[in-house]
Amino acid sequence: MATAAQTPRFTHPAARGTCPFAPPPAYRQAQQEEPVSRITLWDGSASWLATRHEDVKAVLADPRFSADSTRPGFPFLTAGVRQLNAGRPTFIRMDDPEHARLRRMLTGDFVIKKVEALRPRIQRIADDLLDRMTADGRTGADLVREFALPLPSLVICLLLGVPYQDHEFFQECSRVMLRRESSAEEVGAAQDRLVDYLNRLTEAKRTQPDDGILSRLVERGELTTAEIGAMGRLLLVAGHETTANMTALSVLALLRNPDQLDHLRRHPEAVTGAVEELLRYLTIVHSGLGRVATEDVDLGAVRIRAGEGVVCMISTANRDEDEFPDGDELDLTRDARRHLAFGFGVHQCLGQPLARLELQIALATLLRRLPELRLAVPFEDVRFRGDMLIYGVHELPLAW
Amino acid sequence: MLVQIDQEKCCGAGHCVLAAPDVFDQRDEDGIVVLLDARPPAELHQAVQDAAAVCPAAAIQLDQAPDRA
Repeated sequence: MATAAQTPRFTHPAARGTCPFAPPPAYRQAQQEEPVSRITLWDGSASWLATRHEDVKAVLADPRFSADSTRPGFPFLTAGVRQLNAGRPTFIRMDDPEHARLRRMLTGDFVIKKVEALRPRIQRIADDLLDRMTADGRTGADLVREFALPLPSLVICLLLGVPYQDHEFFQECSRVMLRRESSAEEVGAAQDRLVDYLNRLTEAKRTQPDDGILSRLVERGELTTAEIGAMGRLLLVAGHETTANMTALSVLALLRNPDQLDHLRRHPEAVTGAVEELLRYLTIVHSGLGRVATEDVDLGAVRIRAGEGVVCMISTANRDEDEFPDGDELDLTRDARRHLAFGFGVHQCLGQPLARLELQIALATLLRRLPELRLAVPFEDVRFRGDMLIYGVHELPLAW
Repeated sequence: MLVQIDQEKCCGAGHCVLAAPDVFDQRDEDGIVVLLDARPPAELHQAVQDAAAVCPAAAIQLDQAPDRA
């Protein structure tokens, strides 16, 4: 049985190949030849890399693999990520029962029925943004700036009780926090500014309560201002960056697959399944998810020792041929619900019902209102976010 | 088919409600799973199996013995 004694064959992050939608070829090679392999991380430390659907799912569902980033051996994917988790991490970097206690303070806000009840408001936001984008006979715009980013930002501000007028500030903080090349100092400073801002906002809710999540956590009386501020930071960043990038990247993927775009135009009711397939195919959390073993665990052909890290590569898992035949093809008619784009196990994305609804509304509304939608620059000129922890495109210039 | 749920394990992701809304619901206050029908009719079995398969917390157990269907 293989153990950590082997020399790492791969480095993280690996370079992408010719298709900007596909995971790095090196990880696909690992998936074929050595599905649980050794990798070298940015700081020279070694970790395991899990690339198959079955193995990734097994690790993320197994409580013997800890999400607690204060444990020695936890694999941080960049210097910035290590900095983000310095001090007291949020519940996504904790294990049960503490993780469950804190998460359950928020799960009530993401119940399917409650999220579905937001549909008219999100639809209105989408329509308002498109009204502005197409006003005065305009025939082109950057979709990221005018639609994909403001839509989820407006929605998460509404849910949290954060004033949207501050969006340039918090979007800039999150850009620095999620840039792979940001130094620990830059990430720390951006995080401090954002946390200070949310702490002040939380304090203000004590005297001026509203119906947002921050206010409700204050009223609950179980958490300190700093704990609520940290939770708010997590929700604010996760709530807008991910959906924004999924929206823009989905539109680009559809434009590059005209038969699929045509299918969705002819079957707008298929948008629910289409979003699942796009989540699978694009998997914007492209750096993977880290865990650390708390005891020796056998995974496939290898033995992972207590204290060793595992990076779960959900992007390759979502293209595993054993789980998704022809996984490199975007096929909107596929049942893709077993994808791991939101992770798996008890840490699976808390906001996924909201993300799904936002994506469904964003794509359906765009396609309905702009039947002539097309890319306004050569595909080769689109700047992909290989430099960011959340994949996507920096801009998406479109014409209609 | 006999459906059993474990509310302690549930993490409130809501997949079961999307897959089989006649069989599963969520508590309003914290999104934890509520079982509506422990012995769903045959036409819902596939949807219930889908729900169990995508549950991230393994909170749904199915007993598919035909004599108990």
